Amino acid sequence: MEFDTITAISTPMGEGAIAIVRLSGSEAISIADQIFRSPGNKNLSSQVSHTIHYGHLIEPESGEVVEEVMLSLMKGPKTFTREDVVEINCHGGIITVNRVLQLVLRHGARLAEPGEFTKRAFLNGRIDLSQAEAVMDLIRAKTDRAMNVALGQMDGKLSRLIASLRQALLETLAQVEVNIDYPEYDDVEEMTLPMIIEKSSWVKQEIEGLLRTSSQGKILREGLSTVIIGRPNVGKSSLLNSLVQENKAIVTDVAGTTRDIIEEYVNVRGVPLKLVDTAGIRETEDIVERIGVERSRQVLKQADLILLVLNHSDELTPEDVRLFEAIEGMDFIVVINKTDLEKKIDSQHVEELAGNRKIVTTSLLQEEGVDQLEEAIASLFFEGSLESGDLTYVSNARHIALLHQAKQTIEDAIDAAHAAVPIDMIQIDVTRTWEILGEITGDTVEESLIDQLFSQFCLGK
Amino acid sequence: MQKFEAGSFDVIVIGAGHAGSEAALAAAGMGAKTLVLTINLDMIAFMPCNPSIGGPAKGIVVREIDALGGAMGKVIDKTHIQMRMLNTGKGPAVRALRAQADKVLYQAEMKRLMEEQENLSIHQAMVEELIIEDNEIKGVITQVGAIYRAKTVIVTTGTFLRGEIIIGDLKYSSGPNNQQPSLKLADNLREIGFDLVRFKTGTPPRVNSKTIDYSKTEIQPGDDVPRAFSYETTEYIMDQMPCWLTYTNERTHQIIDENLHLSPMYSGMIKGTGPRYCPSIEDKVVRFNDKPRHQIFLEPEGRNTREVYVQGLSTSLPEHVQRKLLESIPGLEKAEMMRAGYAIEYDAMVPTQLWPTLETKKIRNLYTAGQINGTSGYEEAAGQGLMAGMNAAARALNKEEIILSRSDAYIGVLIDDLVTKGTNEPYRLLTSRAEYRLLLRHDNADLRLTKIGFDAGLISEERYERFEAKKKLIEEEIVRLRKTIIKPNEETQEIIRSKGGTELKDGIKGQDLLKRPEMTYDDIAKLSPTPLDLTDEMKDQIEIQIKYEGYIEKALQQVEKLKKMEDKKIPDLIDYDAISGIATEAKQKMKEVRPLSIAQASRISGVNPADISILLVYIEQGRIAKISG
Repeated sequence: MEFDTITAISTPMGEGAIAIVRLSGSEAISIADQIFRSPGNKNLSSQVSHTIHYGHLIEPESGEVVEEVMLSLMKGPKTFTREDVVEINCHGGIITVNRVLQLVLRHGARLAEPGEFTKRAFLNGRIDLSQAEAVMDLIRAKTDRAMNVALGQMDGKLSRLIASLRQALLETLAQVEVNIDYPEYDDVEEMTLPMIIEKSSWVKQEIEGLLRTSSQGKILREGLSTVIIGRPNVGKSSLLNSLVQENKAIVTDVAGTTRDIIEEYVNVRGVPLKLVDTAGIRETEDIVERIGVERSRQVLKQADLILLVLNHSDELTPEDVRLFEAIEGMDFIVVINKTDLEKKIDSQHVEELAGNRKIVTTSLLQEEGVDQLEEAIASLFFEGSLESGDLTYVSNARHIALLHQAKQTIEDAIDAAHAAVPIDMIQIDVTRTWEILGEITGDTVEESLIDQLFSQFCLGK
Repeated sequence: MQKFEAGSFDVIVIGAGHAGSEAALAAAGMGAKTLVLTINLDMIAFMPCNPSIGGPAKGIVVREIDALGGAMGKVIDKTHIQMRMLNTGKGPAVRALRAQADKVLYQAEMKRLMEEQENLSIHQAMVEELIIEDNEIKGVITQVGAIYRAKTVIVTTGTFLRGEIIIGDLKYSSGPNNQQPSLKLADNLREIGFDLVRFKTGTPPRVNSKTIDYSKTEIQPGDDVPRAFSYETTEYIMDQMPCWLTYTNERTHQIIDENLHLSPMYSGMIKGTGPRYCPSIEDKVVRFNDKPRHQIFLEPEGRNTREVYVQGLSTSLPEHVQRKLLESIPGLEKAEMMRAGYAIEYDAMVPTQLWPTLETKKIRNLYTAGQINGTSGYEEAAGQGLMAGMNAAARALNKEEIILSRSDAYIGVLIDDLVTKGTNEPYRLLTSRAEYRLLLRHDNADLRLTKIGFDAGLISEERYERFEAKKKLIEEEIVRLRKTIIKPNEETQEIIRSKGGTELKDGIKGQDLLKRPEMTYDDIAKLSPTPLDLTDEMKDQIEIQIKYEGYIEKALQQVEKLKKMEDKKIPDLIDYDAISGIATEAKQKMKEVRPLSIAQASRISGVNPADISILLVYIEQGRIAKISG
């Protein structure tokens, strides 16, 4: 734990123009080399220390460009930690910086513990004695806080699912172990390769599902998928524009999107939003008419959040009511726009239709009410259960990184089983998966395998 | 009683069971003037429980003992009635050898070895008191008042300390197999201030072979190929005796149910903690009552006796119930019980009171090894005995102490678990306790440990040279296979086809072809004959090292990290109370265990990574202070 390469986001979370992801350790430069491509295809390890390099971060497997960056290369010992340090300067904003962090984590770095850069600096003799006490206090304080936040944000459903995956792995392991330690014990089924493959594949699928759907993971990776709907001419495009203008768009024109649905990534008070813009549709067709169309339903179904825009200066129409019906049971916020015009809308009826959902009034034309809307979005996201502040995201990143690792190790196990590797080798990767999942839930009971062995099977002379 | 001076020694070993005999032989072998004191000379290396040595993890311990220069492997190689390699269908890391022992011959052979060992004196006597001055051991006093002086003392009293045998409602003070128990020494250890716990173990009844109807059982023969534990064994016993398998049934379980109130396990008479991995038959029936039957192995206790050990029927039920149980089992209906099964309770040391050298923290130069440290099993005892013997001799002779790490040997795992985590039941080694079991294999025990044994003086010059030559040949052949290209000619394709593999498109390196699951070293050697003179053992080693290179490499990287943590030593004088940031529970645990390195500290349960971070910073602070001060 002391000598591997660590990484963390070293700028404050939130809305900076630039964010920095820092790596420190003997692998820092080689990790960066794997994911960084400069225009001249420079090899970072052969570059002079204390230099800055322009280029792109890529997914080495797919070649997909993740981010445009400036990368500072600092070779030890003349660095803060006295180890090799790489600082990746990327665009600010939660999604971008988390993508960069995840990329680095997937290529061999470990997320730094609280205070760990400082600790390394100290252990490597960079900080003098008088600062040691402070370092120890820092570690303690940050650890306590991180643990509180981590515990607080650990979703009950997530931890139950992970617990069930671990239990399935543990039972598999116990069966492998019992075959090994009690080879003559006849009434336990011999764990066969197809059985291992079956169990492991199930675990892998679940992990993939978690990575895909775990709300926090998905939001961090993709943003909160948000769809703006409403009758024509209620101000949908104005709403989109004001959200985008006020909150710097981070990524535009994401590759792979079709022309009629354009996604805008914005960051609203720390909440990453992927605005699914129906602009293309809006101009030519009425979305209300398309509600019945399967594809539009899909767009709605996949949304995490819906902004339903109504016209303050119009009475509610049957179309409005049908929109309410279409989004029933989903998270939505009602935006009553055009308060600069005379009121014709029946507020009471709107409240009835909205149920307990928030209603915000705006005049996008006069730039009024957008603040309240942003507030409503943010509070919906955090729901009081999620603390904002950097540690929340760090802990999330930790979960995601661990899930990626777990997926990798269980894939190794499955591959090995297909290659007919002996079961006790495959078991190494299965055990590792079990351990990694335990790091997510904080379960590190060492004896549990042996406990499982003796409670599951009747053994002994 | 008149006390008298009876002599002075470098090392005194109290007890001559599996721990004591290894300890004494190792100490004497290293050149220390050694004395063994045992209650009964006829009980040297006695097997009070099952007549077998080895098995998963345990068998590898025997190999390790042999690689370090210990005796167990050599003795069992000469005295077994059967040997089997277990787990041959699995990977190389979990293969393990197990032997059925001729109990009587085993004892006799170990006794002979000890009698012949230079620097070793053997004497029958019961030690009642340890002589301690200024928290340092100075010698021992026996029942007859003899005072033996010593630089170091090793206590290996097994289950003798305040031993009590229990059968039904009968309970009496006794060592194993009705030997004299050791009472005063137990009191003496308490007076000195050691923490002792009460553990329990048990053994099944023995029956007379001539009264068994073997036709109702299944035969369990040994392997018909030559097998040996010791790297020095050259003569193999091929005349083997089989074991036999039978089963309990519903009738057996019914008898147990009906008589459960007579079991001291359930009446509350037994208070000691028993091992989960070695439950009594009543325990099995109660805890797993849905199981219709349990296996019973009938194991001969030797060639010159008709006594048969009824493995699987360990019990402390009253004798009349034991008889009924036997009658209910196919093949044993008419079996004559020669000895009844019993449970035994005994005092054991809380092992966290020991350093990793097995020296007690409280009393300098005093060591404990074997079942007294809370373990069970002959092999676990022998492994500890060997290490305690080596370390006690090293201390007496002013040599360096010897600590095996978790990545060196199962013995290292065993001792580290004991002294770092302690145990709340009799401790048994399992392969799953080792995090690097791929490195701790049956086949490579010599590669791992011979040098340590040689440096300690327990491995002869001649054996070491032979070992070095073997190592060199293995390395050369691996390098050769790394370079050799095998061409996709008809001969190659034919061999690959016959193995059910995919034919080659291009030439392939020998090592890469060997990595295919279906290929063996012999296949490769056919296509690319080696110029070297290799034994089967070497070929096996080459095959394993190449085939599982990826996994081995991964494990080695982990070990590398562990080593760095182990190199971070914790000063003995560290004051944990002075470190403000460490959690209270972690402080208490570390004060108790007094870990020698950061690696050891991190394995203590209740010590979390933040505590370790703070400890590191604190130690570094002290180092800087020393340099600047």
